[in-house]
Amino acid sequence: MNPQETPTASAPSDLSNDPVVLRAENITKVYPGTVALDSVNFNVYRGKVNVLIGENGAGKSTLMKILAGVEQPTSGQIFLEEKEIHVRNILEATAQGIGIIFQEMSLCPNLSVAENIYLAREVKQRGLTIDRKFQKERTRELIQHLEQAIDPDALVSDLRIGQQQIVEIARALAQDVRILIMDEPTSALSTAEVAVLFRVINELKAQGVSIIYISHKLDELLQIGDYVTILRDGKLVETARAADISVAWIIEKMVGKNPASLFARTEQYVGDVLMRVEDLTLPRPGGGYVVDHVSFNLHAGEILGLYGLMGAGRSDLVDCLAGAHPEATGKIWVNDQPIVGTTVSERIRNGIVLVPEDRQREGLVQPMSVHDNILLASLKSYMTGFFLAPKKEKEAVKEMVKRLSIRVANVNQPITSLSGGNQQKCVVAKALLTTPKVLMLDEPTRGIDVGAKSEIFEITSRLAQQGYGVIFISTELKEVLTMSDRILVMSKGAITGEFSRQEATEEKLVAASAVGHGLAGSTEPHGATTNNGHN
Amino acid sequence: MATTNALPTRKSRRMTRTNVLQFVLRGRAFIALILVVGYFAITLWPQFLSAGNIEIVSKHVAQNALLAIGMTFVILTGGIDLSVGSIVGLTAMIAGLLINKGIIIPALGVILYPSIWMIIVISVAIATLFGAINGFVITRFNVAPFIATLGMMYIARGFAGLLNNGYTFANLVGRPELHNTGFEKLGAGELLGINYSIWIMIVFALIAWFITTRTPFGRHVYAIGGNERSAELSGVRIKRTKLLVYMISGFCSAFVGLIIASQLVAAHPATGNTFELNAIAAVVLGGTSLAGGRGSIGGTIIGAFVIGVLGDGLVMSNVSSFWQMVIKGAVIVLAVIIDQVQARMQARIALLQQQEMN
Repeated sequence: MNPQETPTASAPSDLSNDPVVLRAENITKVYPGTVALDSVNFNVYRGKVNVLIGENGAGKSTLMKILAGVEQPTSGQIFLEEKEIHVRNILEATAQGIGIIFQEMSLCPNLSVAENIYLAREVKQRGLTIDRKFQKERTRELIQHLEQAIDPDALVSDLRIGQQQIVEIARALAQDVRILIMDEPTSALSTAEVAVLFRVINELKAQGVSIIYISHKLDELLQIGDYVTILRDGKLVETARAADISVAWIIEKMVGKNPASLFARTEQYVGDVLMRVEDLTLPRPGGGYVVDHVSFNLHAGEILGLYGLMGAGRSDLVDCLAGAHPEATGKIWVNDQPIVGTTVSERIRNGIVLVPEDRQREGLVQPMSVHDNILLASLKSYMTGFFLAPKKEKEAVKEMVKRLSIRVANVNQPITSLSGGNQQKCVVAKALLTTPKVLMLDEPTRGIDVGAKSEIFEITSRLAQQGYGVIFISTELKEVLTMSDRILVMSKGAITGEFSRQEATEEKLVAASAVGHGLAGSTEPHGATTNNGHN
Repeated sequence: MATTNALPTRKSRRMTRTNVLQFVLRGRAFIALILVVGYFAITLWPQFLSAGNIEIVSKHVAQNALLAIGMTFVILTGGIDLSVGSIVGLTAMIAGLLINKGIIIPALGVILYPSIWMIIVISVAIATLFGAINGFVITRFNVAPFIATLGMMYIARGFAGLLNNGYTFANLVGRPELHNTGFEKLGAGELLGINYSIWIMIVFALIAWFITTRTPFGRHVYAIGGNERSAELSGVRIKRTKLLVYMISGFCSAFVGLIIASQLVAAHPATGNTFELNAIAAVVLGGTSLAGGRGSIGGTIIGAFVIGVLGDGLVMSNVSSFWQMVIKGAVIVLAVIIDQVQARMQARIALLQQQEMN
């Protein structure tokens, strides 16, 4: 019944005869402001690795949370072995044999490894006290099986992120699961650890466990996956056997019409150096650097793309520039004036402003209206004497709503009633009202629909034309390639590549982003991957 | 397809019904006030609505309302101030000390007796300083507001006792030859036939209302309570704003201490004991969310009146003081339950509107 909208890609697999263990039918999930899932029909095939792919905000994690009982669907049904089930919380899901490894770490840092693994399902002696010895022994076995050397008594807060992810995996393995959901389990793992995980996955498959696997690493997915399902903007696009498809097929399905192609950036006037950054450094607590001696220039009218894998330090870099990390060191000049202030408000006054990555957590004040959110960063400009001037405020908001075509019936309605794309435009509006010179957009298109994406692209491009210096961050290669006049690639906190619009290709960006990771698929770095940030 | 056809009519009818319910829930503090006043007006006819009684009730309300105004700022940022009752006591004792004993300067061997105006300035300044210490501890050392102000509750109460070894400063009339008479006027004096303390409440409420609705500072207070991280990344100076909020709370407490000491013409170290709880109750009753970011000064004033009217009305109805406590407690908890119901309903309405738009 799925509408076939893309004629280019043939429907490669007929899956109707493959055995299904879990069936989600017409799952819809509505949040205030967004439709996260829109009548999704998702099959989990028995004893296979069912890979789920989609851009950020496509609804993968939401779907998994619904299957695991963490969230309830607005409408729709779930059938396990052809019997309808209602999982109202994670314990009920566990009782049905559905386990989940969360994308966000869900461990309690104040408890030990063994205590975390058995949290909420403690093994009891005589039905009363916790059988610590048994739990510890079992934990040791599990950890050994994952080829790690972690003490079951160690506090989780003392482990590094990769080890915590191993504990998270061990916790899922400690339960008897029929279906195991893994939401980006490898995001913090090294290559060797990934290999171990894949071995464990194959063992589980041999035992008949069905696995749902989410990751952004495409080659990894084709290596481990049996079935591939693509989600886009809350809708299920297609499911196919991994054997029948290619990376190109996945990307085409994933990006759909390719939102970047809806908008082609033409104007490329680039002016003088607007901002100069030298030796920007943010030490990591416990050694090393989150931002590792970064130097670069930003020109007026330029869109500077910043690409890198998760944890490469892109967001940390712009956070430092925005003044969110007062402990960062380094020198910044805007229009050859040295910037001395270290706080956010001082940086805003100096014309450097950030549209943060996490709209809900860092961009919006949820209980406030659209009007109040848009004005929050620039209230001082709309006063007469000591008091705010409602007339001036209203005019400024009206102007912004028009300029960014924010679709809102009444600016006094709560910000949460807007769609994701319009919420994002409000955050951009808030930044623009501070009359910045440098505008930093951290994943501005995350979790918004295709139409809103192309609008954000258009706005960004228009701002560059007006002479703003724009730093544009995205994890989506195509977006970075389409939008940027110049691209910096980061890996492990350092700049590992710089490409002009003409010389940049997907391969070059991926290769540069993998420097220092030893990832599969980047055997020989192409092109300029040395640190040539000083120009 | 069949369902989508049936939806609009059903939805629109439900929307109007929810709209009415929403209106009732939003104005619940005001409705509660009308109910409480109406009940006592009927059962205690006619003395409850007599001019004299209205003024007495308003005088009682004024004290709690002043504390609650300061507390509203604190709670809007997501904080809490448990020290206001103790600061009330401390301010009263400072005023008592300055009137009866003056400022002793041993080095010069003289005793300074400040004028009443100076006494007001000094005691308000000290109370504000105590508020500033609260704010400083909370913002610089990252201490939870509950803990920091709990500590201050003990400290301020301790100082209040120390000022006269636990004894009362009695007969705070001053002496004409020292030019420090007239303290009792603050509590007893009238302007246009209305007690000063009620005027002070009105003025403070208006100023606070203006600050919360018409100044960047006020907007920042809401933003911090709504989402501190977003506010910070928008350039709001979190620490400074929070510091000011606790100073405002201390400032308001000082006036309550002065008013009480003046009305009694005496300062007792236990003055204001547990007043912080009444103030919090008024704020919460007025619809301000303890999580911060939602609420208003107008709501707080109404909340203070509900508590005040309820208290005085029950006394006049000869309800035992124990039942009074039971009733007050139940009203407060009920208010918060209604608050939660309203929040959940608002979220559901937002969802409905969203679905309608799609």
